[in-house]
Amino acid sequence: MDLADRARFVRTETVRLTRIAGAGHYSAVFSCAEILAALYYGELRLDPARPDWPDRDRFVMSKGHAAIGLYPVLADLGFYDPSELDTYTRLGSAFGDHPDAKRIPGVDFSSGSLGHGLSICVGMAWAGRLRGSDHRTWCLLGDGELAEGQVWEAAMAAAHYGLGNLVAVVDANQLGIDGFVADVMAAEPIEDRFAAFGWDTHRVDGHDLDALLATFDALPARGGDRPQVIVADTVKGKGVARMELSPDWHVGNLVGADYDDVMAELTA
Amino acid sequence: MTTTQDQTQDQAAIFNGTATFKDSRSVDGTDTRAMPAFVLGEELAELAEVDPRIVVLTADLGRSNRTTDFAARHPDRFVNAGIAEKNMITMAAGMAASGLVPFAATFGSFAALLCAEQIRTDCAYPDLPVRVVGHHSGMSMGFYGTSHHSLEDLAMMRSIADLTVVSATDANHLRALLRLSLDHPHAMYLRLGRGRDPEVYAEVPELVVGKALTLREGTDLTIVTTGSEVAPAMQAADDLAAAGVEARVVDMWTISPLDRDAVLAAARETGAVLTVEEANGTGGLGSAVAECLLDAGLAPRFRRHGVPDQHVPVGPPAALYAHYRLDGAGIAAVARELLEGN
Ligand SMILES: Cc1ncc(C[n+]2csc(CCOP(=O)(O)OP(=O)(O)O)c2C)c(N)n1
Ligand SMILES: [Mg+2]
Repeated sequence: MDLADRARFVRTETVRLTRIAGAGHYSAVFSCAEILAALYYGELRLDPARPDWPDRDRFVMSKGHAAIGLYPVLADLGFYDPSELDTYTRLGSAFGDHPDAKRIPGVDFSSGSLGHGLSICVGMAWAGRLRGSDHRTWCLLGDGELAEGQVWEAAMAAAHYGLGNLVAVVDANQLGIDGFVADVMAAEPIEDRFAAFGWDTHRVDGHDLDALLATFDALPARGGDRPQVIVADTVKGKGVARMELSPDWHVGNLVGADYDDVMAELTA
Repeated sequence: MTTTQDQTQDQAAIFNGTATFKDSRSVDGTDTRAMPAFVLGEELAELAEVDPRIVVLTADLGRSNRTTDFAARHPDRFVNAGIAEKNMITMAAGMAASGLVPFAATFGSFAALLCAEQIRTDCAYPDLPVRVVGHHSGMSMGFYGTSHHSLEDLAMMRSIADLTVVSATDANHLRALLRLSLDHPHAMYLRLGRGRDPEVYAEVPELVVGKALTLREGTDLTIVTTGSEVAPAMQAADDLAAAGVEARVVDMWTISPLDRDAVLAAARETGAVLTVEEANGTGGLGSAVAECLLDAGLAPRFRRHGVPDQHVPVGPPAALYAHYRLDGAGIAAVARELLEGN
């Protein structure tokens, strides 16, 4: 599997679907495109034919506004027909701006309100252990999202319960909506903070697919007793030069020649 | 599938993204024109020139609610709390306890629902002048879905003692609310739409808390409405008038305290009351009006029209308003049903 090609697919599909909606979250997807590709095509234990398989790995997109990048991946893996994506955001569609677990096979939990996902994952990881399953539970968080107090309540609980089957990935793309996270409400030092809460920490270039896979491989065996956090250094808007680290593109809409230019840039 | 302007949510305008390369931008023009009712930051900046107590907080949504306009003029009196709404509200309470008048703004879903206890225990109970601004309320976030909708905020907020609950109708009305709020003795929840509410008030209206505004006289029924539904209700009244039905329209911007006199007069003088709100019909404006009527022993023809007790489907706002008959045509149809006894 050519993971770089799948990361490109995440980005181009995001651009395509955004045009259906009239606007969307390009840059929050672009920063985690490699993370999604590495996880879904290289790491997660899934069976698209059995979305409810009890021993599947769980993935909760706590930064739910990046769902537009997840939908094409789940279709590509066979959870549903890709043509369903063409209903994106239209009245009655299963596919809105945030993922809906009630409607979309492969989505393990609905999200959209930032700060909830890690608590969900603590509950899932705890339940997995109770049921004797060796599945892992993965959570994707934004760096701005780390300002939510609930994230740290969950971090404390995960260490307290010794949930070595829990892995948090922070998409440290440096921006929230209003500007740089460092200026608005500093999240760093992210590793030190998680470590102080009792987590094992890893830091990786979140756009380097080999490094991501190597980090996943280096995680302790599924039965460990310390939760794991991977801080992925990324660039919000990665892949489109004029969007990279630009606060103007948290939400946007490409029209006319810009659409074609961006598609060309992404597929070059 | 083609995307018409009407179907399009225009998220770029929602977040006030100024996204632009050459011609890419929010679909219907520039960000400011797309959000004419978002005078929040501008008006507060103006008021802050003469009132040193005013401070403004937001939670990583300054671009969305235009408090950036305030920050540009009064950077030292602006706090961006980051994505930490509960901390923001309680920090505001601390500021209010220290003599300031803080305005804390975020999406209604997070302001009212996420921070309900902070609002009750830290703002209303100590009776502090915190102004919680919940914008993009109701289902105006469209296909962002339930996490971003605040259809429950009216019910929740109006059940809190010593919390004044008001809705902004348009830009001028919001200006009036902000001015009035400066010396209001209690904590307030200000419910705003998504900044694109059409103009209802050509001038800044005179407001007194607890006194609704009657926008149109009528004898056949009264539409009691609030916030984002005032403009469509006026349109419905026009439609009804064309068919010979004269509807009174009451802008019940003051949800708590409610204008009981206006409600009772509506029942006595027009005999039929239709409440219209962009909120879950359970516990909101309609419930408040129903309580008021029954408490007074009145039983006019009555109908609560809001969003049914369900999570709304994905869809752009305009599609959702049509789906739930909360646009002008829908309201007129519901009014006719009420009068025809259906
Ligand atoms: C509780 C909550 N508050 C505010 C928002 C609105 N919001 C959506 S995305 C976003 C910024 C997110 O920044 P970050 O966590 O860094 O994610 P990124 O988009 O950079 O990946 C905000 C404030 C939200 N969805 N949930
Ligand atoms: Mg970020």
